[in-house]
Amino acid sequence: MFTAIGKYMTYLLSELGGATRMLQSCLFWLWRSPFEWKQAAEQSVTIGVDSFGVTALTSLFTGMVLALQAGNTIGNIFGDPIFVGTIVTFSLIRELGPVLTSVVVSGRAGAAVTAQIGTMAVTEQIDALYTLGTNPIRYLVIPRMTGFLFTLPILTLFSNLFGIVGGYLVAVYALNVPGEVYLTDITSYMGVRDFMHGFIKTFFFALMIGTVCCYKGISTRGGAEGVGKSTTGAVVTTIVLILVLDYFLTAILTAFGI
Amino acid sequence: MIEIIHLKKSFGEKHVLKDVSLKIPRGKTTCILGGSGSGKSTLIKCLIGLLHATDGKIMVNGHDITKINNEMRLAALRRKFGYLFQEGALFDSMTVGENVTFGLKYLTDVPETDYPRIIKEKLALVGLQADVAKLNPSELSGGMKKRVSLARVLAVEPEVILYDEPTTGLDPIMSDIISDLIIDLKNKLGVTSVVITHDMHSAFKIADYIAFLYEGNILLHGTPDEFRKTDNPYVKQFVTGSSRGPIQMKLMKE
Repeated sequence: MFTAIGKYMTYLLSELGGATRMLQSCLFWLWRSPFEWKQAAEQSVTIGVDSFGVTALTSLFTGMVLALQAGNTIGNIFGDPIFVGTIVTFSLIRELGPVLTSVVVSGRAGAAVTAQIGTMAVTEQIDALYTLGTNPIRYLVIPRMTGFLFTLPILTLFSNLFGIVGGYLVAVYALNVPGEVYLTDITSYMGVRDFMHGFIKTFFFALMIGTVCCYKGISTRGGAEGVGKSTTGAVVTTIVLILVLDYFLTAILTAFGI
Repeated sequence: MIEIIHLKKSFGEKHVLKDVSLKIPRGKTTCILGGSGSGKSTLIKCLIGLLHATDGKIMVNGHDITKINNEMRLAALRRKFGYLFQEGALFDSMTVGENVTFGLKYLTDVPETDYPRIIKEKLALVGLQADVAKLNPSELSGGMKKRVSLARVLAVEPEVILYDEPTTGLDPIMSDIISDLIIDLKNKLGVTSVVITHDMHSAFKIADYIAFLYEGNILLHGTPDEFRKTDNPYVKQFVTGSSRGPIQMKLMKE
């Protein structure tokens, strides 16, 4: 059993080392070569468009269920569904917006990125890039990283908005909370600081998703089966890391008063 | 000229190239023969810097390229080499035309206005019509993919072309067409070619020199005639393609 644990730890460390080297390589090429604007723009659009629909849908329903649960619980305790807007918005912009959007993006766009780069790796297209004078980090990884870093915060903004709208619909039409009350609950208790708390997180999530998904893609070996393995591996790793990272980011940001 | 001196390459405990020394003369075609798993692909991947040698030297025009660890200088070296991948390795997100001109953008200063002319010219060189340029790689047959891949290599006008099993997976006629193409390119453009293959028919047709690689060592290096007349039992068995002889194929991967 100890051998198995040892082997797994070695595997984890080598993966971590590989991903760190890739990030280092990204910084190297970022300063030393012209930026692939066209590629980065294309990737941003693809990642954004790919994930927008699912993000909108999940956040709409998350907002709705938050309002329903909060309204019912508070209604049972206090006899009146108060502060529904505050609870929905607070949960969304600080936690659920960034986390759910990241999970959706990793499952939708992240998996696609790993599968695409992985297929390129097993069909020698990555080697072909090298032989044609292009570094794959510069040509494939940096534009995708940029894509995640650019779109994830924007998608989170939309996600927050859709969630708040979902909460509004349930609060107003199912719980009979007046619309103005729902909105005043938001504006009087929520500040820029709460918004920033969630918004800052998205950049870290984006960096992590980009790193894991690109690294898993580039290190793919072993044909179609290998592509499948690295794609599922990338999604599982990113989802777990989003939740782990979220805890530590919350602790750090709170310590800094954000 | 390329000179490989006591080259060794290991992957962990597995010694793929044990001690390879080989001279590849300029403007000639050198075939590297060997069975599956003999280290042929590893050898040419070391030549272009896709793999780093464990030990030994590879001298290209008097410079040892195994000592280059700077990405920029490695890219400059690759400018001299073209590599034809076994399955073509065409970028499937681009059209044939974009594939052919891909290297020009990164390796040369050729203005984009010249690209259409170059696409037409290089596709013609490998026997393809210009209208193929609009197709996607997924619409091409195996033989066409290899030709387009060759056109992509030719676009950057390399001094040396490395062919990774150029006839594998093709029917006999298409194999012969590709072999003719390799001879044609040598005669027309004077490129140095290194071809790794286990297709004896093609090797005897195209090679000026043949090297036989077995278990990470070069067993014989000579002209095709010397290969036909050799008494070396290993080479003889390989040339005749017999299952009986000193070479026992490993059925399982080590």
